[in-house]
Order: sequence, then C-alpha cells, then structure tokens
Amino acid sequence: MTYAIEAHELTRRFGGFTAVDAVTFHVEPGEVFGFLGANGAGKTTAIRMLIGALAPTSGSATVAGYDIRTQADQVRRRIGYMSQKFSLYEDLTVRENITLYGGIYGVSSRDIVTRTGHILARIGLEHAGDELVREIPLGWKQQLAFSVALLHRPGIVFLDEPTGGVDPITRRRFWEMIYEAGAGGTSVLVTTHYLDEAEYCRRISIMVDGAIAAMGTPAEVRRSVGAETLDEVFLKLTRPGAAA
Amino acid sequence: MRPFLGFVRKETLHLLRDRQTLGILLLFPVLQVLIFGFAVRTDVEDIAIAIVDPTPDVATLELRERIAASDRFHVAAVSTSARGLDARFRDGSVRQALLLPTEVERRIGRGDSLQLQLVTDGSDPNTGGIMQGYATAILDRWYREVVPQGGTLRIEARSRMRYNPTLESAHLFVPGLVAFVLTIVSALMTAISIAREKETGTMEMLLVSPIRPTAIVAGKVIPYIVLGFVSVLLVLVAARTVFEVPLRGNVVLLLAVSGLYIITALALGIVISTKAPNQRTAMIAALAGLMLPTMILSGFIFPIDSLPRPLQLLSYIVPARWFLVIVRGIMLKGAGLATLWQETLVLVGMTLLFLARGSRGLAIRLG
Repeated sequence: MTYAIEAHELTRRFGGFTAVDAVTFHVEPGEVFGFLGANGAGKTTAIRMLIGALAPTSGSATVAGYDIRTQADQVRRRIGYMSQKFSLYEDLTVRENITLYGGIYGVSSRDIVTRTGHILARIGLEHAGDELVREIPLGWKQQLAFSVALLHRPGIVFLDEPTGGVDPITRRRFWEMIYEAGAGGTSVLVTTHYLDEAEYCRRISIMVDGAIAAMGTPAEVRRSVGAETLDEVFLKLTRPGAAA
Repeated sequence: MRPFLGFVRKETLHLLRDRQTLGILLLFPVLQVLIFGFAVRTDVEDIAIAIVDPTPDVATLELRERIAASDRFHVAAVSTSARGLDARFRDGSVRQALLLPTEVERRIGRGDSLQLQLVTDGSDPNTGGIMQGYATAILDRWYREVVPQGGTLRIEARSRMRYNPTLESAHLFVPGLVAFVLTIVSALMTAISIAREKETGTMEMLLVSPIRPTAIVAGKVIPYIVLGFVSVLLVLVAARTVFEVPLRGNVVLLLAVSGLYIITALALGIVISTKAPNQRTAMIAALAGLMLPTMILSGFIFPIDSLPRPLQLLSYIVPARWFLVIVRGIMLKGAGLATLWQETLVLVGMTLLFLARGSRGLAIRLG
C-alpha cells in the first residue's frame, strides 16, 4: 500500500538553525494525522517542505506517491492546502473565490457550479454567496477556506493551524468537516497547538525543537510518556524538568 | 489557458473594486499635466521694476514710457540714484531694476557706447531668466528705433544668473510626464500588488498550486498594461487640449514605445516585489528607487548635460532617460524609428533583463 505521505529523515536548516531535524513518519490514506508542537517547533516548516513551498536540506519524502523534490508539479495537483494565514481574497465575493481556485486547480466550470452549491449549503452560507469575503465572520471564512482547499477533491489536505482564533463552536464544526473529509478517503495532516483537538486525530506526532519526540495514537502517546493527559505529555516533552 | 483567464479576471476585479486607488490612478495623469502645466508657466506678469534715471531727457522718457506701456511691467519707482534699491529688492517690492547712465540723449547723439545695468531678482532663477528676457526685448526694440541706422551704439545686457533651459517651453515636460506617470502606474502598482499577496499569504497559496509562476505574473500585469495605456492617452489628451502640446510624429509609434516602457516598468515592479517582504517596503523601494531617478536622472526636470559627471553616468541605467529621448523625439521633432532605434534597443535590452531577473526571483519559490 502506498502511504499518502511518507517522510524519511526530512531535514531543513536555515543557516546554523535546524528547523526540522531528520523527521520520519507516514500518513495512511484517509487518516487524520495531527502535528503537535509549541510555536516554532518546526510544524509549519515541515508542512511547507511537503507541499513544495520549501526545498528540504536533506532527507526525502513522497506525497501521494510522488517525490517532493523531483515531482513537485504532480504533488501540487494532488494536494489541498490551507495556510496559517487566512488565504482567500477579501475583496472578492465568496463565489468568486471558489471559482478562482477551482479554475486554478482545473475543476470544470460545471463542477465548480455544483460544488459551490454544496459548499455554501454545507457551511450555511447560501445567502452570502455574492458577499465580499471581507464581510463574512471569521468562523465562516475559515470553514470556507477549508472547503476551497478541498474543492478539487485532493487525496491529501494540509491544514496549518486551521482553528487559530476561532470560537469553540466553530472549532467543533471544523473538526466535523475534517472527519467528513477523512471518511471520504482524504488524508488530513493538521497542525495545532490545541491539545483537546489532538484527541480527535487518529494518530499524532509531537514535535519538539524540530524533531519528533513522540508518535502514535493519542492513547499510545500518553502511555509511552507515562502521562494521564495530553497536556501532561506535552509539558513533560517540552519542559522535561518542570513536570516531574 | 482557463486558469490564466480566471487569474486575469481576479486581478481586474481587485483593481476595479479598489475604487479609491483606481480613482487616484485615473486622476493622477490629468492632475500631473495640469499641475506641471500651470505651475511651470513661462509667462511672468506684472513685474515691479525700478528705473534709475540720473538725468532724464527725451530718450530716457521714451524708454520709460515703453516699459510702462508693456503688460509685463509696472514701474514701481523712478529715481535719480540707486540708493535704497537693495532694500527694495530685499523686501520684494521691486523685482527688477534698470540703471541708466547719465546724459543718454547726448551720448546717443555723439554715437558713444551706452552702458546700462539691468538687475534682476534671481532668487527664483527660472522667473528671473524670464524677466531678464522681457526687459532685454524692450531695450532691444527701443535701441533699434531710437538709434539712427548705422550707428555705433551697442547695448549689452549681462545676465548673471543660471537659467534652466528645460523650463523654457511647457512642451518639454509632457514627455517626461508620460514616463513619470507610467512608472508610477506600472512599476509601483505591480510591486504593491505582488507584495500585498505575499503579505496576506495568498501568494503562498498560488505558488503551491499547479498554476505556473509565469502565469501568475502575466495575469497580474495585464490589467496594469491596460491601465498604463489609458494613462498615456489621458496625459496626451490633457496636454493637447489644455496646453496645445504638439504631437508631430507617429501616434502608433508613440503608443508602441509606451507599451514597451510599460513592460519595462512592470518588470521593474516585479523585481522590486520579489525582494520586498511587504507592501510598505515595496512602496518605499519603488518610490525611492524608481520615482526619484525618473524625475531627476532622466532629463525630465534637470537636463542631463547640467548634472555632475557621476550622476550623468548613473543616468545611463535609468530606463526613463532613454524613453524620454524617444518620446521627445516623436512628439516634438516628429522623429521616427530610423533615428530612435538605438534608444529603443537599449530599452528592449533593459526590459528583457528585468523580466528575466523578475521571473527568476519568483520562480525561486518561497524559499
């Protein structure tokens, strides 16, 4: 079986600073995989290498079976990406944004129309299709950005802190959408620093200073570190002296 | 092709929705023409002149009358000595003074040489030069009519101030304005627009999508090429209707060369935006790096010949300098490509260089 994502000793250095240090992991098809870590632990850098926005210093990785170094074009066609920054155009309407990204990813005009209908209905924005994105509330924007990342039905979607700054109810809805995507066969690699969200992931990896400090199902990770909760796990791993 | 068209549509929408910026961009060319046209007027009126006439006689009275009768002058004072003149220049109640020698009538009769002094307020060299010109013209005519033919009398008016030849004619600034306006519309706006996408994070989304960097750039610049052409036309129409600036050469050639310069400026904008991390840096870089050279080192305001040598050398790498020679040639001299091909070639070379540099800068994805 081909993994959706497979990274082997993936490393990125910026000058003398190693942002991602020989990371090895894989994500199975349809799996929701959580990337946890403090700010600056290397989560975003790892994602950016996998999506072809940053060249690795050493190591290798495949995404959807394609080499990220040599087959970046193939990779780009098969992934969806939602960046940490909000990435829709504020001065375009909801519909125009969907159409633009659909066009860029080669979705046919007819499919764009039907999928736009589905998306708007799914996130309850039917009434706001022709409103400028800047006019709609943040929670909807985030759900919209996620839907746009899935518009071309990618096999793998990368979400970089998708729930930053949104309220608990919207976070909840967001995770329902992530599950739906996973159930539909899409692999999801999601970074977060909300530890309660980590429990929603099938497997997680905790990054500390660019390296993976623990990996497995949430239960396995708790057991391996000898902690009751993920909070505790996190404290033990990131500040070894403090939790003892 | 379809993703590309969608992209052009998106850029056009950005441009059209930002009403404020669009309004400024459209008003800007017209305003510039009006400001430059009216502010850099070569006509000076109502010049307060003082006449020092130690020994009034028929000849000097005749001259004084001629000066008083001119629209340009009003005689602020007539006296027999130059005392107090300095103070009057200083407080501005007098801007010019004509100091006549004694016994003008008799000297003319004897055929002696006549030395008179014309003093002009040179604090604004341009107006000063113009005032000097007017006064000299009146003196010249007076001299020709008063002195019998074949006389030996000579009048010499010595000018002691710097004269700025570019401002002699309002016609000369319009070609410079075309370059200036195009630099702002094309280079500044492209630089800002690309830097904005870097800042908001949408550029990252585009760069990890299947769309090619060259398509991103092309889609981005097409609306600005159109806007650039509109600006050129606005400048030309405004200059023609308000100031009757001539267009002696071929309009198609002029537009074609403007098209080339638009692409030069856009390419420069791209180069800047690939270096600038955000909109503010892009804006400052474009303003300092492009607008100032376009104004100062292109021959738009200061003639290149009058620049210090190092700046003259520097002006060779300013695209606007070459464009200006071409536009002035076409508009004012009616010149064609036969005489302007060298400058055009230089501009083509620069454009290719910037385009290569810019697309390479973008192609290095967000490393």
